[in-house]
Formats: sequence, structure tokens, C-alpha cells
Amino acid sequence: MGFVVLKMKIRFILIQNRAGKTRLAKWYMQFDDDEKQKLIEEVHAVVTVRDAKHTNFVEFRNFKIIYRRYAGLYFCICVDVTDNNLAYLEAIHNFVEVLNEYFHNVCELDLVFNFYKVYTVVDEMFLAGEIRETSQTKVLKQLLMLQSLE
Amino acid sequence: MPAVSKGDGMRGLAVFISDIRNCKSKESEVKRINKELANIRSKFKGDKALDGYSKKKYVCKLLFIFLLGHDIDFGHMEAVNLLSSNKYTEKQIGYLFISVLVNSNSDLIRLINNAIKNDLASRNSTFMNLALHCIANVGSREMAEAFASEIPRILVAGDTMDSVKQSAALCLLRLNRTSPDLVPMGEWTARVVHLLNDQHLGVVTAATSLITTLAQKSPDDFKTSVSLAVARLSRIVTSASIDLQDYTYYFVAAPWLSVKLLRLLQCYPPPEDTSLRSRLTECLETILNKAQEPPKSKKVQHSNAKNAVLFEAIALIIHHDSEPNLLVRACNQLGQFLQHRETNLRYLALESMCTLASSEFSHEAVKTHIETVINALKTERDVSVRQRAVDLLYAMCDRSNSKQIVAEMLSYLETADYSIREEIVLKVAILAEKYAVDYTWYVDTILNLIRIAGDYVSEEVWYRVIQIVINRDDVQGYAAKTVFEALQAPACHENLVKVGGYILGEFGNLIAGDPRSSPLVQFNLLHSKFHLCSVPTRALLLSAYIKFINLFPEVKGTIQDVLRSDSQLRNADVELQQRAVEYLRLSCIASTDILATVLEEMPPFPERESSILAKLKKKKGSSKLPDMDDSRKNVNGSTEHAEDAEVASKSLPSRYSAPLLFFSVPQPPQFLLEELISTDRPHPSSSATMLPTRTMVPSHTFTDDLSVNSAPSSGASLLVDVFSDFSSAAPTEGSDEHFPRFVCKNNGIIYENQLLQIGLKSEYRQNLGRMYVFYGNKTSTQFLSFSTSVSSNNVLGPQLNVQEKPVDPLIEAGAQVQQILNIECVSDFSDAPILNIQFRYGGTLQNIAVKLPVMLNKFFQPTEMTSQDFFQRWKQLGAPQQEVQKIFKAKNQMDTDVSKAKLLGFGVALLDGVDPNPANFVGAGIIHTKTTQVGCLLRLEPNTQAQMYRLTLRTSKESVSQRLVELLSEQF
Repeated sequence: MGFVVLKMKIRFILIQNRAGKTRLAKWYMQFDDDEKQKLIEEVHAVVTVRDAKHTNFVEFRNFKIIYRRYAGLYFCICVDVTDNNLAYLEAIHNFVEVLNEYFHNVCELDLVFNFYKVYTVVDEMFLAGEIRETSQTKVLKQLLMLQSLE
Repeated sequence: MPAVSKGDGMRGLAVFISDIRNCKSKESEVKRINKELANIRSKFKGDKALDGYSKKKYVCKLLFIFLLGHDIDFGHMEAVNLLSSNKYTEKQIGYLFISVLVNSNSDLIRLINNAIKNDLASRNSTFMNLALHCIANVGSREMAEAFASEIPRILVAGDTMDSVKQSAALCLLRLNRTSPDLVPMGEWTARVVHLLNDQHLGVVTAATSLITTLAQKSPDDFKTSVSLAVARLSRIVTSASIDLQDYTYYFVAAPWLSVKLLRLLQCYPPPEDTSLRSRLTECLETILNKAQEPPKSKKVQHSNAKNAVLFEAIALIIHHDSEPNLLVRACNQLGQFLQHRETNLRYLALESMCTLASSEFSHEAVKTHIETVINALKTERDVSVRQRAVDLLYAMCDRSNSKQIVAEMLSYLETADYSIREEIVLKVAILAEKYAVDYTWYVDTILNLIRIAGDYVSEEVWYRVIQIVINRDDVQGYAAKTVFEALQAPACHENLVKVGGYILGEFGNLIAGDPRSSPLVQFNLLHSKFHLCSVPTRALLLSAYIKFINLFPEVKGTIQDVLRSDSQLRNADVELQQRAVEYLRLSCIASTDILATVLEEMPPFPERESSILAKLKKKKGSSKLPDMDDSRKNVNGSTEHAEDAEVASKSLPSRYSAPLLFFSVPQPPQFLLEELISTDRPHPSSSATMLPTRTMVPSHTFTDDLSVNSAPSSGASLLVDVFSDFSSAAPTEGSDEHFPRFVCKNNGIIYENQLLQIGLKSEYRQNLGRMYVFYGNKTSTQFLSFSTSVSSNNVLGPQLNVQEKPVDPLIEAGAQVQQILNIECVSDFSDAPILNIQFRYGGTLQNIAVKLPVMLNKFFQPTEMTSQDFFQRWKQLGAPQQEVQKIFKAKNQMDTDVSKAKLLGFGVALLDGVDPNPANFVGAGIIHTKTTQVGCLLRLEPNTQAQMYRLTLRTSKESVSQRLVELLSEQF
């Protein structure tokens, strides 16, 4: 029987633009502020040099970053090296589709002006470093309900 | 579908964000932010109570400012107030602020917990979710203490809304990770497992993560989850693609849930129940079959989702490693992906095949893809894909294909990316050794490695080739010939010079019969490289030369001339100089017999596992992020750490310890270390393994390069523990109780606890000092990752330089290792440097801090002077700030001889007959610092009747007088 270390957990989610400005940073483990800044810069350096022919995965310290670029934005998820790459790659896409629906053709500015709502979307779909809800219909229904409470 | 407009709800916030975006420079941004902060501060402080909306808006602005990277030091209270609002939007901003900004030790935690408690009890699912998300995001111990018992209740209660259950499951997971002791699952286990049967797939999705984490920690308690997971998975994979509606993603049924279920099953061995087992096998076959079906959509999302499940299924098949049929099918499927046009799939196939290669059932099937993998090495554009190809070649290598694989790796190495060269070098070195049938191939391969990528050949690699050559006499002649030929190249890598020097020094005689490689030719060849090499290599070459004198008496004169030349005998480097002096002397005075004994061929090394393996492991694990998860247990309950510790203990690499050398001028070897540091205590190490005894031959000479095997207990520099992040560090233990004892003496025990004894021996000359620190392992277990550092505070830093020589990272049970510290006094000082020691004992990291007894008086040089001179200087130093006097009570018996010894130990010369009262002591000395010298005069007047002393110091510098009085007055 094989030797397997199972740890399904997201360490952080980052949305950055090409210039390196952070549009969302969601941390699932404790880092101090300096370390966070360092991670943000490192991720940017690692991800932006890659081209479309490269994989969507890149080793990062002793973890890996699964990322996908949408227009000028990089969506990055940091997970364990043993985690399922494609599952997280599609989790990113699923998340982007929800944002797109919620913000009606989402663009970078939506994330800037509604940063506090983006956190709500993230918490609906990811919690405690795990995938919480994958159904776009269910997530959007919930967001619509919350929107109505404003 | 909902759509939101920009910043609706909070106009002021949108305006502020626009303002910030319009700032042309960092300065204007800071200015705008400061203006806003002042505004918010005044609103919060103002007399008028703010309404909820305003409070929300300002807290949100503060949050925005914080996220821009500015510090926020107020507003926490207002955020906490928002938590008790009845409006969702206000509550949400409050919780968001808390999640992002409040750390767990905040004073506000009680208020926050109170608000959370109210929300959890509110029966309003929106509020409950906000509260649960906050707990999951913060995850502090205080929250675990407050809510760990409440959350399982919410999770399993019949009337809890589905979305709340999802949040509760993951909230519990978070608390279990951070404070497992506070989250006993006991009574809830069965009901939690049954969530796998829940109607709502979102609940199952969240619950599966929770159960997987719990099952990893206590597999037995969650065994029943296996059958439920298989049943659930079976229903998903056999469903028509539209059955699951909301959970179908690009025609793939619940891909993420499938992946999670397959992960959960990887916590367990294959089911023993045959019907369950065949049901699982059916599922896995169905997943493999689907991979062969034509795609239902051309979208990449479809194939990604499908393949996510497929790769996880293959991971489970590999994990079970019990169904040859499935393993071979998995391998064939991956083989198809190796040539897929999607880079992602090629990468993942290479990665996944790597694990398949280690299964006996699929190893052969993997090998059939060798040509494709070699091709990938040559053609892939993405370095990470090429890296996976290297890994796979390494994994599929066996005796049948080793020559081909090693050759391909060597040829790839010529053009390989710098980032992966070292790893390839290590892999080639390991494979060449592991599969060497004849060792000439091995020697050729390693020399090729040095030729192609010399800079990436680490010490472990060339140490290893020497170990192997020394241990196998069938290859020694070939090795000598090959290095001799390789050294002919006009420019060869320094590592080659090292290997060449070592091997010719040992086995040059095997090729000396050929006039083209006569002793003199060999020597001239080596010496032609000498001046281009670094000091350590030159040192090694000098050792090779003295070995030559033994092997080839005919070149003795030539070599002696070289050793005698000014560039050797007066070399500025003490190491080289000392070797030249000692080797020259040895060659002159020792008889042929003694030379032959001393310079005998190295005996074989004890067989041991290659240290290169450990190095490779270390490389893989470097630069870790800290890891919250402490559970790295596999299903059998053994830990990865234990496995690696075992590897570590098997492979004790040789170590080339540095010789002990003294101050710069040429001088005959001294033997400072011949006596045990403390004769009155049981010594931790058996006899004097580390401490040379006086013999005719300078004993340290051959503790260096040429006697790699003489100290089996030292070593393992490569095994600095890779896994240092998952054992708890014991708090630093400090000690300075022995510190004062060292004011008047230089040797002794400075620290001792149950594990470790630290002895010191030090010597000082003018403003320089050298301290020998002996670390004795008192236990019956080895210390791993032993490391030390010396730290000085800001004041001391520029005053005193302490430079540490390397120390062995491994101390065997009962053994002792030594470390040298070089000390330089730059200017007078009064603090002491701290020696920080860290090592791993058992599973625990030990930290010890010891105040090093380096005091100002150590840099005393005693000065003799006449009574007349003394009084003349005494008067010259009469200014009030130059004299410091202290009257103190005797702590010890007042004995003249003891006092005398102490004063001499303190460093001054005692001047007899200067003081009219013979009971008084008068002394003089000069404190040497790099920047200046300070003359010091001292007078100690004992009063036996009163049991008091009066101590007077006069020096040209007040701080020096002050410090010396402090130090000395504590001694009587």
C-alpha cells in the first residue's frame, strides 16, 4: 500500500493584476504582515514570467501555486504539493464565473470598489481552506438573498 | 441574476476609493489617507453618536486603508459594535474587519465572542453563517474554547439549514486543526459520518473535508465512512450527467465532491468486504472508461473537471497498489497523456507516473514510455515539465536501462536550467552508484559530472566517489589513470583537482610505472593547478604532496623545495602555512618507517548508505512554509519523520574536520587540548577521541583531509533536519550561573544540563582570543541538527567580533564535538556575547543560550614595573573620572594565596614591594583593543578584621576602570 500524506487545504488565495497590485488576499493560515507581503511579491514574480504554453501550476517553496490568468488578473491558489491540480484550477474558474455573474461582466474595478463583497463571495465558496460550495446556482442564490438585505 | 453596481450602498467609500486611485504619487496617496484617518478619528471621537450606516462606512474605509498596506490602530471598538447591529450589511462589515484585522490575543476577543455567541443562538441562518465564517477565519484558541462544544451541536441538529451545516462542518475542521485537544468528536462521530448521506451535495462536500481530516487523525473512529463514501461515489459516477443539476459542471457530475471522496478513501486500505471492494473497483473502472469516451464538450473546463477526477482515481489506485489490472490501465491512460497537446496534462501524467513506477505491478509498464519521457526532456518548453521528466526517468531507472538514462541525463545537464542542475547532478550520482556493474563506468560518470557541471557538484558527490574508489581496489588503478588524464585539460574544475589530488595522493603509484605518468610528471601536473585553486583545495594538495613523499622517495627533494619556498612557508593563510611547516618538518625528521606508517594508504570506509540521498531529500524539502498541520501520519500510523530519521541515522557521511591552528606566526605545533577539559567530572565521551594526545607526529595533521574515516562519530553536515517544522521547540533554556567563575580562569564547564555539557578552553593574546567550545552529548541518543550562533547586542556588536567556525550538526550519543570561536576585541566593552545552541533531541528542538565568558580583562597583558614607575603613573592617572573605587564585603575566606592567584588569573602582573603594606596587592597591566591600548593600575586592600576589601582601579579610560572593578569585585 502506498505511502500518502493527505492534506487538502488551501494556504491562501490571491488575486493580483499584472503590475502586482493585490485585488484580493485571503489567508488560511497565520502569517505576519511582513511575511504576507513577501509571499505576495514572490507569487507575483513566479507567476507573471510564465507564458500561455506553460502549465498552470508552479512549485512554490514547498507548496504549489495553481493559477489562471483572466485578462489582466492572475487568480492564484496556494495548495499542498499532493493536492489535485485540476480540481483547484477549475475551482478558480468556477469562482470567476460566479464573480462574473454577480458583478455582471466582472472587471478589475468591480473588485476594487466592492472588495468587501468579494470576501463574501469567497467565504461562500471556500472556507477554512477547503472548498465549501461548488454549485454556482446555490452560491448566486445565496448572494442574491444577501444583496436583498442591504 | 444579481448584478451590483460600483460601490452601491456606500457612496462615501466609493468617492474615497476613487480619490485614492486618482492620486498621482505615493505622497499624495499618503496625504489623502492621513486626511481620511483624521476625519474618521474625529467622527469616532465626536460627541454625536454615529448611526450604524456611518459606522459601517468608516470601518469599511479603515479596512480599505489597511488593505492598501497602512497600519490601522483604531476603529476596532466601532467594528465590534457593528457586530451587534441587526442589519446584515453592518454586521458583515464588522465581521470582515475582525477577520482581517483582529489578532487572537486582542483584548476585544471577549466582546467578539459574546457577539458571536448571540449570533449563533439567533436562529437566523444569515447571522449564524457570518458568525461561523468568522470563527473559521480567525480560528483562535479562545474561539475554540468558547465554541468547540457548540458547533458540533449545530452541525448535526435536525433543524439546521443546509448552508449553516456547510459552514459548521468547515468551522469545526478549522478548530480541529488549530486546537485539536479542544474538539473531542467522540459522541458526534457517527452522526458526522452520516452527513455523507445528506441530500444536499453542498453539505456532503463540506462534510467530506471534515471527515477526511478527522480520519487522518483517528482512522479507526471513522472507518464506517468508507462504505458511505464508496456508495456516494458510485451514485455520482453512474449518474446521467444532468441528474445532479446544480452540481454538474460542464457535463461532469460533481467533480469536486468526487475528488474529495476519492481523497477520503486514500486514508484507508482497500476495503476488505468483497462486495464493497468490487463496487469501488467498478467505480474506478467507470472513471477510467469515461476517459476513453468522446468528450461531451470541447471546452477545457469539461476535460479539466473530468481529468481532475481521473487523476484522483489513479492516485487511489496507486495508493491501494493491489489491483494489477487497474494499475496497468492507469499507466496506459497516463501514457496517452504524455503526448497530449495540453501542457498541463503532460505535466500531470509525468508526475503521476513517477509514483506508478515504484509499484511492482506497473514498473515495467512505465518503462515502456522511456523514449517519450526522454523526448520530453529535450523538447518541453516549461522547465517544470522537464523537471518532472527528470524525476520520472530517475524513478523508472533500473539495471536494464540505467546506462541509457544516465547518459541522457548527462547530456541534458549540458543545457539544463541552472535551477535544476544540482538536483540532476545528485540524481545522476545516485543512479551511477546504485546501478554500477563495473565501477569504471561509475568513475567515468562522476568525472563527467564534474566536467559538465562542476559548480553544481556538491561535496557529498566528490566525497562519495573517493569513498568508493578507496573501498574498491579493482577500480583504483583505473581511477588514477582517468583523473590523471582528466587533469591534462588546460582548464579543469576545482572539484576535479580535489578528486585528482586525493586519488593520485593515494594511488598515484599504480600508474607511476608508465613514464608518461611518472611521479614527477604527476606532481608537476598537480602543482600546475595549485596556484589557481582556493585555500581548501591547496591544503588538500599539500596533503597529497606529503603522501607523494612517502609513495615516491625520488621526488622528495622536489617537494621539499616546494614546501620550503616562501610562498608556502610564509603563506599569509595560517592553514597553508602550518601544513607546509609541519609537512616539511615531518619529511625531514621522520624515518622511512614512520613516514610509511603515518602516510599509509587510507583504510576502507565502513559501508554506509550514500549521503547523497540525504542531500537530495534535503533539497526537496528546502524553504518550507510553516505548516499548521501537525499530523503527517500515514495510514499505518508511522510518521514520515520517523522514516527520515532512520535514513539519517543510517547515513553518516564522512567529514573533513578542520585542523586546530593557532595564532599567525610560524611556530611548532602546540597541544592545547591534550588534557581533558575537566578532570573532576565524568567525561561524556569515551577516552580522548576528539582530543589529540601528544605523539611524535602532529596529531591534528591527519585529522584533516587524509583521515576521512578517523572520526566516525562526527559528521552528517548534510543532515540538518529537513523536517524541522513539525516538532515543537522547547523554550530556550538560558544559563549564566557559571559566568562569574570564568573571570579569573579560562577553562572549565560553562554549562550543563541533563542532556548537554559545554566545556570551554580559551586563550588570549593581545586583542585576539580563541575559544574552544566542547559540546558533550550526555545522552544515549544522537543530537541532530546541532547548530550554534553567537549573538551580541547592539552595543557589544561593534566592540567585539566573534567569529564561529563550523560545528558538526550531529553529535553521537556520548560523544563530544568541538567548535572554535575566534574573538577580536575592537574597543573596550562591558556586555557579553550570547552563544545560542539549537539541536534536536528525540522529537524536540532544544534551545539553549549561554552567556560566553569573554570579558574585558581577558585582553590584559601583564606589565612589570618598578615601584617608582608605578607611583609616577598612579599620580598621572589621578583625575577623578580615571579612578574607580569600591569597598565591599568579602564573600569568601580571605586567603592571601587565593587572592594572588585570582589577581594573576585576572590578567595583571603583581608588583611585589610596591605597597608599603605587605598585605595589600598592587598590580599593573595593559588592556589591548584593536583601536587602543589602555594602561591599568590596580590596588586591592584587604581588611581581615572587618572582612572587607577596598579595590581601586586607575586607568586612562573611565569605562575601563568601571568595568574592571565590576568584574573583579565579584571575585572575593
